[in-house]
Amino acid sequence: MTAVQTTYREAIRLALLDAMAEDGDVILIGEEVGVYGGAYGVTKGLIELYGAHRVIDSPISEAGIVGVAVGAAMTGLRPVVELMYVDFAGLVMDQLANQAAKSRYMFGGQIGVPMVLRTQGGTGRSAAAQHSQSLEAWMLHVPGLRLVMPATVNDAYHLLREALRQPDPVVFIEHKGLYTMKGVLDVTTPDGPWGAPVLRRAGADLTFVTYSRMLHECLAAAETLAAQGIEAEVIDLRCLNPMDDAAVMASVRQTGRAIVVTEAAVTGSVASELAARIGEACFDWLEEPVLRIGGEDIPIPVSPALERGSIPSAALIAEAGRWLVSRKAPAWA
Amino acid sequence: MNQTLPDIAPLSNTAPQSRYRMMRRIRSFEERVGELFLKGESAGSMLHLSIGEEAVVGVTDAMTEGDTFTTHHRGHGVFLGRGADPARMMAEIAGKEAGYCRGKGGSMHIADRTLGHLGANAIVGGGIPHVVGAGLTYRNRGTGQVSVAFYGDGAMQQGILYEAMNMAALWRLPVIFCCINNQYGMGTRIDRAVGKLAFGERAEAFGLAARSADGRDVEAAHEAADELIRGARAGQPGFLEIVSYRFYGHARMDKSPYRTPEEEEAGRLTDPVATARDRLTAMGLADEPALAAIDAEAAAEMDKALAFAIAAPAPDLSSMFQDVYAPGTPAPRPQRDRIAAILSEGARA
Repeated sequence: MTAVQTTYREAIRLALLDAMAEDGDVILIGEEVGVYGGAYGVTKGLIELYGAHRVIDSPISEAGIVGVAVGAAMTGLRPVVELMYVDFAGLVMDQLANQAAKSRYMFGGQIGVPMVLRTQGGTGRSAAAQHSQSLEAWMLHVPGLRLVMPATVNDAYHLLREALRQPDPVVFIEHKGLYTMKGVLDVTTPDGPWGAPVLRRAGADLTFVTYSRMLHECLAAAETLAAQGIEAEVIDLRCLNPMDDAAVMASVRQTGRAIVVTEAAVTGSVASELAARIGEACFDWLEEPVLRIGGEDIPIPVSPALERGSIPSAALIAEAGRWLVSRKAPAWA
Repeated sequence: MNQTLPDIAPLSNTAPQSRYRMMRRIRSFEERVGELFLKGESAGSMLHLSIGEEAVVGVTDAMTEGDTFTTHHRGHGVFLGRGADPARMMAEIAGKEAGYCRGKGGSMHIADRTLGHLGANAIVGGGIPHVVGAGLTYRNRGTGQVSVAFYGDGAMQQGILYEAMNMAALWRLPVIFCCINNQYGMGTRIDRAVGKLAFGERAEAFGLAARSADGRDVEAAHEAADELIRGARAGQPGFLEIVSYRFYGHARMDKSPYRTPEEEEAGRLTDPVATARDRLTAMGLADEPALAAIDAEAAAEMDKALAFAIAAPAPDLSSMFQDVYAPGTPAPRPQRDRIAAILSEGARA
């Protein structure tokens, strides 16, 4: 099949559609996934195709739904739970962290939990403090969970298909700001191997390490820097837990400079973990301190101006990159 | 709720005796768990004995091969009732490689896929929604299996139970919620934990068929469980309360200072094992020598299980990195290796 132009939302829908067509044990369960078609329209039309026993509209019982998926996965189904917002993770963390993630280990390898929890996070819709967070670090901190955050249309499809082949629980976090993004989907060719980062842009002067929507901010920043004669490498992590950081370290050992970029509140973030790893593994190769750029350490405010101002922009990332390379302070410093 | 259920099969003469044997085995097993702890051979002191709750055998006996279940802190008796090997159980409780979970789970996380045990759980109520998920599997596949959640009265106050009950009723799943009401959530007696003591009414309010059984009487528990399980297989999920008394403290270190010796003495008169024994004699289904033989056999079996667990080797240290993820995913890197790599590479190495 030739590559087609489509959206991030449609790529996820197609992945679900194809997985359900291939495997009768794949079920969808969640609030509004059936008749309504999903709060963000991702599961539109699936209940008409596969019926109410496979596309299950649930009551508003987030913890219960994830618990039901755990039991269904233990006994042979392949449930895909939709958690409408990652912010609702607070309601489901027992079932996710204590049940889904630990069953295989606690039970000596006997009982796996092959489920996918699809959810979406991030800013961009003035959805305020309880509907805009980036809580991936919570999932990173739990051994036994897999964590996937696609940034491109092609990855949205392929990483979800691959998540549905995993014998372990996968948390798949989409970005609400990317659903309408257009891109190329080639169902025959993934962007890269499952579990490993992808080099999205090559450059010799510094390395941006990022994932999800911040990939696009980093790529824009790299364009800006290129116009100033600075070549930035951009690495997209894609699969964050377990984390394969070999490509990151190889890049930073070449460039000697690293900036880790996340949309999440920066303290205790994925960026913090990456910065620590780079500091350990690349100490002798670093020309400059490893920088973290992330969301401000505040709840997400509703005002569009405040919301935008609280998370990294391409401009901020580019300025920090230029400063790190040239040691010339920007105007705001 | 008004669905008519099929008649209950008359008890065969051998069933009460085999249930007594199982109850005796559970009692003996739990006594050996106590010994394991006193000998310093248990993995920790998080050991919650089900002595006084042996009437669960009425439920496990009403289940059939292929049925699945989850348990709670106090689930040894349930697992034995579903056919567990006491030696492998005891080895798990001692944290040994020969245990059901290779020494990774212990008393609170014992499981066995082949016997349908989807896992003991140490989060109060944590395993309850899993049986609803299992029920979804059985409904979608049309297998006729039932899944049973066993839990204590403490979990009756957890929100997730009601999310699970609602979904089971909404989707008419083959699921049973079995509450072993032993009157105590740790040190808090049930009357200090609930505003209204009417668990069956709560379940009925969600659309479940509800029964309550006297925990002294394993046959009553069996009759109620049998009716509810038949209903569940036909799409009417049920709730069963077994009213019992927790004979000993919450866990091994608990001397129950929150209740009086008089209360405990009265509570222990509700002994389901002694009740079943007296009943077998009274009904002429077994005589004293036969019962004494059952008791001796159970004691000898559990002595062997205890000895096996104590003699079994500890797991190899390297096994700690296994089974975090399924085979095929690289095991987590031991930190010694990570530190060695950091300090042996680079210009300063």
